[in-house]
Amino acid sequence: MWEQIRSNQWRSVVLAIAMGLVLIGVGYALGLYFADNGIIGVIFAVVLWVIMNLVALFQGDNILLSLSGARKIGPGDHPRLYNIVEEMQIAAGLEKMPDVYIIDDQALNAFAVGRDKNKAAVAVTAGLLARLNRDELQGVIAHEMAHIKNRDVLLMAVTSVMLGTIVILSWYASRMMIFGGSGGSRRDSGGGGGGQAIIMLIALALVILAPIFAQLIYFAISRKREYLADASGALFTRYPEGLASALEKIASSTQPLKSANQATAPMYIMNPFRQKGKPAADLSSTHPPISERIRILRSMGGASLTDYNKAYSQVHRGGGSILGASALAAAPKAPIKHAPNKSGFVQDDETNELQRARETSDALWRLNNYSTINCKCGTRLRVPPDFKGTSVKCPHCGTANSVA
Amino acid sequence: MIGVWIALGIIVVLILAIVALYNGLVRLRNEVKNAWAQIDVQLKRRYDLIPNLVETVKGYAKHERETFEAVTNARTIAQKMSDAGAQARSKAEGELSSALMRLLAVAEAYPDLKANQNFLALQEELTSTENKISFARQFYNDAVLRYNNQTQMFPSSIIAGMFGFKSGEFFEVTESVQREAPKVSFS
Repeated sequence: MWEQIRSNQWRSVVLAIAMGLVLIGVGYALGLYFADNGIIGVIFAVVLWVIMNLVALFQGDNILLSLSGARKIGPGDHPRLYNIVEEMQIAAGLEKMPDVYIIDDQALNAFAVGRDKNKAAVAVTAGLLARLNRDELQGVIAHEMAHIKNRDVLLMAVTSVMLGTIVILSWYASRMMIFGGSGGSRRDSGGGGGGQAIIMLIALALVILAPIFAQLIYFAISRKREYLADASGALFTRYPEGLASALEKIASSTQPLKSANQATAPMYIMNPFRQKGKPAADLSSTHPPISERIRILRSMGGASLTDYNKAYSQVHRGGGSILGASALAAAPKAPIKHAPNKSGFVQDDETNELQRARETSDALWRLNNYSTINCKCGTRLRVPPDFKGTSVKCPHCGTANSVA
Repeated sequence: MIGVWIALGIIVVLILAIVALYNGLVRLRNEVKNAWAQIDVQLKRRYDLIPNLVETVKGYAKHERETFEAVTNARTIAQKMSDAGAQARSKAEGELSSALMRLLAVAEAYPDLKANQNFLALQEELTSTENKISFARQFYNDAVLRYNNQTQMFPSSIIAGMFGFKSGEFFEVTESVQREAPKVSFS
């Protein structure tokens, strides 16, 4: 199902193929330069690429999750978050529930990993859980599930590995060219000096330019998938305002995310390295500008893909279309729902932020295997799992509470 | 001679096309079935939540007998309708939703109840179940739309007619029932 989303991936696949050609070009040029044989260069480049792919695809999820300090939760640990992920799984039509993680960080951000729809994971920061109300959290999770559903994670992993291979090849090659002798000059004795020079120049140019081109392509793919994830997320919830409001809150928070780095940045819902005041159409950014994303979501007349596309062409400088024609042709009509959780039962407004923060930190204490003792003065004592003493003195009233 | 080969070629292409269209219809029909099963799972979940909810509220609001009875009756009726078609079932489920909203509106008047951890957890579970029913219904309706389009549009409509694929029923909520503002009496 959702052939329309899949057919939309063709544009991204074309971009990825372009990157592949750059990779092959670099390999060929280097092969020519160092070994007078382009084919060897291509083989070397491809082998390197395959090895890096295997590492990324099989261990990439675990690496990312442990880098960000994420803790896995079960249904009872944080019911609200778990329920929302389950709701979005139903709305998106995913067969298997992804693993849910909480990141112990007060910054507001979230990401999704999973090369396969059946082995996916969603991670959300504690700060996000405290600050967003249910509708907004639902919008963020919908966006992340859309990434899983549209197989963006797989696409971005493959293209980022390609980019990495190109960068590595170019870097080492340029080092060897500058500092070591070139294979060509060793081999050459007499004739063909002019030809060698031209090949050297071309190889040098490719080595310098290839990483730049590859990066631009990579960022273009990344931005496009973000728009698509926004559109799909709005379609799942039938309530674009939820995600728009969440993005607004996330954008206005100044807390930096402790564990983000260049490699993991594209996976997050908001660019963790964003700088305020940077111009809107920034080619070097993995995410589209936040204000534009919010404006597009808020000018949608309905919740379908067609509505998103229309809003995009109205808001985006230069107009145009972000979703493929076949995707739009098959898109079902989808009117916007009234706020799904506000009409419901849970008192869900800003005054509950403290309660939500408490709920989340309680979950994190439990996950880290801390035990809780309630002193009779009302203070809650958190005891670490490796505590060896028999009693704990309450810092507030001084009573010694025995560790059960 | 060539003519025979061309004729054979055309027949093979036709057969392949028919098979492809048939399989497409089967796939879409199965999606509808799965989506319906998902709705069923969530509705059953709601039935299971309700007795616990009623007991918890009763502990604090003993005198709201009418509200409790309304919820329990609506639940019994909805459960009886489990095997009925989409239309009949959606009406029964809509009634149950309204009864639940009235019960929770009543609970608003009891601050002790609202502070009860058990009640808060139940509230979250109920909100989530209502959402899940709503999303399951949304997904089901989308699946039905895709399936109906395929059975009704040319050329798959021919295959649909030949092999007996019938259009699916939408699971619409009777909006008028849900929009009714719950009346809370303080008598």
